[in-house]
This record gives sequence, structure tokens and C-alpha cells, in this order.
Amino acid sequence: MASRAQLFSEVGKFVLFMQRVMKRPTRGRMFWRSLVYEMNLIGVDSLVIVVLISLFTGAVSTIQTAVQLTAEGGILPPDIFPMEVVGSVVGNGSLLEFAPTITCLVLAGKVGANIASEIGNMKVTEQIDAYEVMGINAANFVSLPKIIAGLIMIPCLIILANFLLLYGGAIACKITGMLTVDEFVTGIRSSFTPLYLRLMLIKSFAFAFIITALACFEGYFTEGGALEVGEAGTRAVTRICVFILFFDLIIAQLFL
Amino acid sequence: MIRLENVHKYFDDRHVLKGINATFLPGTINMIIGASGGGKSVTLKCMVGLEEPDSGTIWFGDRDFHHLDYNGKQSVRREIGMLFQGTALFDSLTVEENVAFPLRMFSDLQEAEIKDRVNHCLERVNLPGINSKFPGEISGGMKKRVGIARAIAMNIQYLFCDEPNSGLDPLTSRVIDELLLEITQEYGITTVINSHDMKTVLDIGENIVFMYHGEARWAGSGKEVVQGRKDVPELDDFFRASF
Repeated sequence: MASRAQLFSEVGKFVLFMQRVMKRPTRGRMFWRSLVYEMNLIGVDSLVIVVLISLFTGAVSTIQTAVQLTAEGGILPPDIFPMEVVGSVVGNGSLLEFAPTITCLVLAGKVGANIASEIGNMKVTEQIDAYEVMGINAANFVSLPKIIAGLIMIPCLIILANFLLLYGGAIACKITGMLTVDEFVTGIRSSFTPLYLRLMLIKSFAFAFIITALACFEGYFTEGGALEVGEAGTRAVTRICVFILFFDLIIAQLFL
Repeated sequence: MIRLENVHKYFDDRHVLKGINATFLPGTINMIIGASGGGKSVTLKCMVGLEEPDSGTIWFGDRDFHHLDYNGKQSVRREIGMLFQGTALFDSLTVEENVAFPLRMFSDLQEAEIKDRVNHCLERVNLPGINSKFPGEISGGMKKRVGIARAIAMNIQYLFCDEPNSGLDPLTSRVIDELLLEITQEYGITTVINSHDMKTVLDIGENIVFMYHGEARWAGSGKEVVQGRKDVPELDDFFRASF
């Protein structure tokens, strides 16, 4: 009973927090400056990890799919499917799951923890209070640029991740010789479904909001010292991952 | 002038401010003194709007702060500067950007004018030439002075200081005390300092409120505090424990 009350209290607190965040910025010029800074931090600084994860995931998923479909003792008799099927499985898998979900789970660890600890640190060192005393809506000033930057940059990273996943798959085809790059690309093209692309975009915006808004929320309500700042970062990552997977399921159920 | 009338504050069922009445005068160093847990910080937070009193009134001149509408509160806040215990400088900004922050946020000054004002404020707190340093690169005493510079960057009417000497050596503490006194007298602002440093009280305190267990137990001038301790045993204990 107590935990249910706590859940409702947390949800209410989040809604009230978002109400304070989603206000017109006090000073447009300062907002734009923060937005550009945050876009750089969330987008450009995450490029390396996204590139690496995507290339490797694409390559591994291609190899594993090809092995399942062709190897002796695999799940199916060898040569029952044309090799183009590997391309269609990896292509659709990339659109539906790998690019949005895996990228966002990685970004939860990088971007989410970073935002939660940054705002948590500002809270325990009274910087948030300093904004409030000056008459600035601190929740809005600190969080809104991060949320908007996330909503712009994370979908871009996911679109890039999708291309890199397929590129990684093509590299794997070339290196292993399990199938030709042409077969792989033909498979991707022949099974392309526009709905999956739309789903990827819907997920990318939903997950971008979850990552940034939850991280801001966890950081903003940090109390105590350095230990609690660390805990806020960990809690933010855990909650973001759970919410991403939960909404992944909801979106899949709703649209597929 | 700031006037507190019968201010009460509860945290759950804990009654932390029990009907505080006090008056803080302009051009004067006003001090709230007392041991930890006495309600000093909560009183200060209520005055700057970080906490809402459960009942009572806080007057800034003729404005009842907690009953003003949003715009009214904002206009009072623009007249308030605060020096926090941990300075609360923005780590990601340089000293210059920290001092310029309220100006960029609330004034229509051009960049050149902002730079002039920042340099003036930094010179006023005896810190010229550290504009490009980050808060992490300067000492505790310098951080406090940058905090004061940021607080006075706008033309404030009220300056609140939460434990301005905490974590400072005695010499630097005196420098900060003298600076606060000079600025208060020079600008004619109402300065309210929250402190448990009796040396500061005796050196610069002009109007003192002694708080004990959420009550304003004694109030008087800096000169009267030595006499006042004879009438209030808690003040006497606090006074003796400080030396």
C-alpha cells in the first residue's frame, strides 16, 4: 500500500516538475545559448559510442543471422531460405529494435547519468537555489534546454545508428563471405516497410524524452551530498532503462 | 527595510519557526545569530523565497512578499542578492560569466556595458584580473568575494549572506566582514547576515537577532549584545561557547 502511494506521489511530483519545466524561457538569448551547448554535449559527444555500438551490433547480428540460416545443425535445414533473408531480418530488426532501443539504452548510461549527476551536483551545491533567488525558474532554465536538445539530437543519432548498423552488416558480409553485399542490400530493400521507419521515429522521440526528462527529474530532487549525487545518477539510469523497455513494448503492441 | 511579523514555519509536525518578529534596517549590517538548528537558515530561506512561511508576513518595504502575485515577487527578487554558504557559483562558467549572469539574464545592457559593470564589481571586491578563471581554480575566500560581486552586479536593495565566513581562515573572514560592511554602507542596502561567528557579530553587527529553538529570543544593537547576554541565559551560553 505504501509503495503504491509512493508511486502516485512520484508520478505527481514528475507531472508538477514537468509543468514547471514546460514554461517559456525567462530569456530567449540565454536559452538558445544553452540549447546549442546541450546539443553539442548530447549529440556530438555521443557520436563515437553510437558509431562503435552500431557498427558492431550490425556486424554481429548479420553474422549470427547468417549462421542460424545456413549452418549445419542450425535451427533450419541449410539453404532453405535465399541469403537475402539475412538482409531483411537485419534491416527490419535494425529499424524496429536495434537502432532505437539499443542506442537509447546506451545513451541512458551516457547522457542520462551525465544529466542527473550534473543537475544533482547543482542542487547540492545550492546553484539551483541561486537561480531561484534571482527569480529564475530553475527547473525550466536547467532542464528545458536539455530536453529540447535531446529531442533534436537523439533521433538524429538513432537515424545515424540505423545506417551504421546496416553498414556494419555489409562489412561483415564482405569480411566473412557468408553472403554477398548485393544479397544483403537486396534483402534490406525488398523487405523495407515504411511503417517500421515511422515506428523507429516514434520510438526515438519517446525515448529521447524519457532519457532527458527522467534524468533532469532525478537530478533536480537530489538532496544531500556527493554520495546522493552518485545515487541519483544510478537511479536515473535504472529508471530510464526500465521505462525505455516498457514503452518499447507498449509501442510495439500499439502499432504492430 | 525588511520586517517579519509573526512568521511560523512547520516541516511536517516540526515547528521550526515559532512566531518570528524582527526588523532589518537599511544601510545596516543586520545579523541573525544562534546555534545550529535554531532556525536561522529557515528564516533566511523564508525571506529570500526559497521556503514559504505557513503563516505570518514578510514585508520588503511596503510589499508583503509572500502574498504578491508572480510578477510582484519577481520584481522583489530582482532587488535581492544572496551570498550562499558554499558560494553557489556556477561551475561551468568563468568568474566573469558568473558575475555577468544576472546582467545578461535581466538587463538590456550591451556586452561592452556588461563587461564594464563586471570589471567594476570585481574591482569593488578587490579581485581584478581573474575574469577568465573558473570557480574551481580560485580559493575559498576569492569565491566568497566573487559571490558578493555577483550579488551586487544588479542594483540590489537587499543582500542576504548565509554564513559568509564558514570555511575561511580568521584573516580572510575579517576581509569578508569588512567588505560586507563597506558595501552595505556605500550602497545603503539592507544586509542580513546569518552567522554563528561571534567575532563577526562584535566587529560589524549593528542590529542583532538571536534565535534559539525557532524563537527570536533577543534583539538589539551590536553594542547591546554584551549587556543582553546577562538577561538571556541562552545568549550567554552561546556567547561564552564562542570564545
